[in-house]
Amino acid sequence: MNPTTAAVRSGLARGRIELRQTFTTPQDLWGYLFPTVVLLVVMLLMRGSTIPGTDFSRGTMTLPSVLGVSVAFGGLVNLMQYLTVEREDGTLLRAKATPGGMLGYLIGKVVMVSGMVLVSIAITLIPGMFLFEGLALNTVGAWLTLAWVLAIGLVATMPIGAVLGSLFSNPRNMGLIMLPVMGLVAASGIFYPVTVLPEWLQVIVQVFPIYWLGLGMRSALLPDNMALVEIGESWRHLETVGVLSLWAVLGLIIAPIVLRRMARRESGSSVAERREKAMQRIA
Amino acid sequence: MSVSELGPPMPRTEKGHDAASTAIAAIDVHDLRMRYGTTDVLTGVTFQARHGEVVALLGPNGAGKTTTIEILEGFRMRSGGEVSVLGTDPAKGTEAWRARLGVVLQSWRDHSKWRVQELLEHLGTYYAPYSTDRISRPRDAAELVDVVGLGEHAGKRVGQLSGGQRRRLDVAIGIVGRPEVLFLDEPTAGFDPHARREFHDLVHRLADFDDTTILLTTHDLDEAEKLADRILILAGGSIIADGTADQLAKSTSAEAEVRWSRDGERFVHSTTDATTYVRDLFAQYGNSIADLEVRRASLEDTYMSMVRTFEAGRHDDAVRSFEEKNR
Repeated sequence: MNPTTAAVRSGLARGRIELRQTFTTPQDLWGYLFPTVVLLVVMLLMRGSTIPGTDFSRGTMTLPSVLGVSVAFGGLVNLMQYLTVEREDGTLLRAKATPGGMLGYLIGKVVMVSGMVLVSIAITLIPGMFLFEGLALNTVGAWLTLAWVLAIGLVATMPIGAVLGSLFSNPRNMGLIMLPVMGLVAASGIFYPVTVLPEWLQVIVQVFPIYWLGLGMRSALLPDNMALVEIGESWRHLETVGVLSLWAVLGLIIAPIVLRRMARRESGSSVAERREKAMQRIA
Repeated sequence: MSVSELGPPMPRTEKGHDAASTAIAAIDVHDLRMRYGTTDVLTGVTFQARHGEVVALLGPNGAGKTTTIEILEGFRMRSGGEVSVLGTDPAKGTEAWRARLGVVLQSWRDHSKWRVQELLEHLGTYYAPYSTDRISRPRDAAELVDVVGLGEHAGKRVGQLSGGQRRRLDVAIGIVGRPEVLFLDEPTAGFDPHARREFHDLVHRLADFDDTTILLTTHDLDEAEKLADRILILAGGSIIADGTADQLAKSTSAEAEVRWSRDGERFVHSTTDATTYVRDLFAQYGNSIADLEVRRASLEDTYMSMVRTFEAGRHDDAVRSFEEKNR
């Protein structure tokens, strides 16, 4: 067998095994269910209020937006977290010591994170379909839109996660990244239409993938007339694909460079050094 | 546990000091230098390891043992000198080269959710394309679990293993690809005496039956003496001694210590010819000699005196250069 093919296959197997592990670890399951339950409750509470200028429920509008955030978060934050944590605990060094191990490791992580995102989308969407009225998921087109937004969203966010994960060597510094990300989520029209925000803020959020993922998901799940509350009164599919692809291309160019640099620096003593620092924090 | 678990015995190369065997050295290091900023960690390390040889790298903390081994593993770039492992420069090592190496890492808590045998099986799959007619890769995970004595823990999650069990798993991971060269950086740190003994047996089997070249670093002199065909002492960034435990002992001091008691009084005497001395002792005092002990310089004595002499020498050098500057 060709060594690269073998590494790819080992990577796919690795992703499968790790997915099975995470879904059989109570702590991890709690990590999936807890935010979902909280979001569903928040959205249920918002069911009564309507979007300004329409009689459409805010709860129903928020559901697809939240799915968009789940993709962005799942792709970016999960990959970033895995890279920093597994660099500290020596998993990456182990991969480096194995022939084709780094390739296998990355493929495994992509499979795992994609699977995690799919599951977290499903556990929000399925109960949501019963809890919220006015979702327009009754056409093949709607599901197709959901599928392509999901796919391009993962390709756009995972490389960014990999880059950030390579740059931060200490898992405890990730709060530095999380804060602005949370700010972006708040301003990206997830819980209310982005058009009520000042225009300069609208410009800023349209640079980042979170807004476009929310928009894409809304375009898939909401009736077409809801596009009226969006910027330009349109779902802007072309722009969505454009911006997300740009992030994807950018990420796929930068990520391998940064990952390679990070991998090159891994050695037994660098892992030992981080371990000692971590031990000091515990003590 | 039996030796057959490690696979069919390989034809053993003769361990000789002739030129032919050094020409095909598994590890060949010449004038290796490493500098971090303005600090020279390695100032010219030169040594070789032949195929199937077990070499121990000894030295005080900070002598550069780990740096040396990481350069050989291809995990660290060197500042200068020539290095070849299995005929390849580690700085330019390909994945095919890496497949022929085994690295036992100091683990911490990686792969804690994986099950023991599952992890070995998975890591083994990466080696499968590098199987050759002579060496079949990887090892069977189930057999390997038994070889390192983790048979009853095969289904356990890695995170639930004790420190010693975890370390044995690290060794198993290091040899799952049936390496031709194996690097062990302080392999038995934290082992209890029983685990240590079992580990030593494992290393012997690897060297004897699989013809694996092994380079290990250790603080434990006793371990180095038991395991290694040859011992290298690294101090101050270079190899200050290279030879078998016996050769090293002879090179520093040929003196042995003789202890005995006579009429309840204890005596100690150092001599270069213990046999003659003891014969004379008995000739003179006969049956009144009791509690006789003859102690040759141990590797520890040798090591301590070598490092001490070396450090004193450096001190002298420092003094000399100081005096020269102030002349």
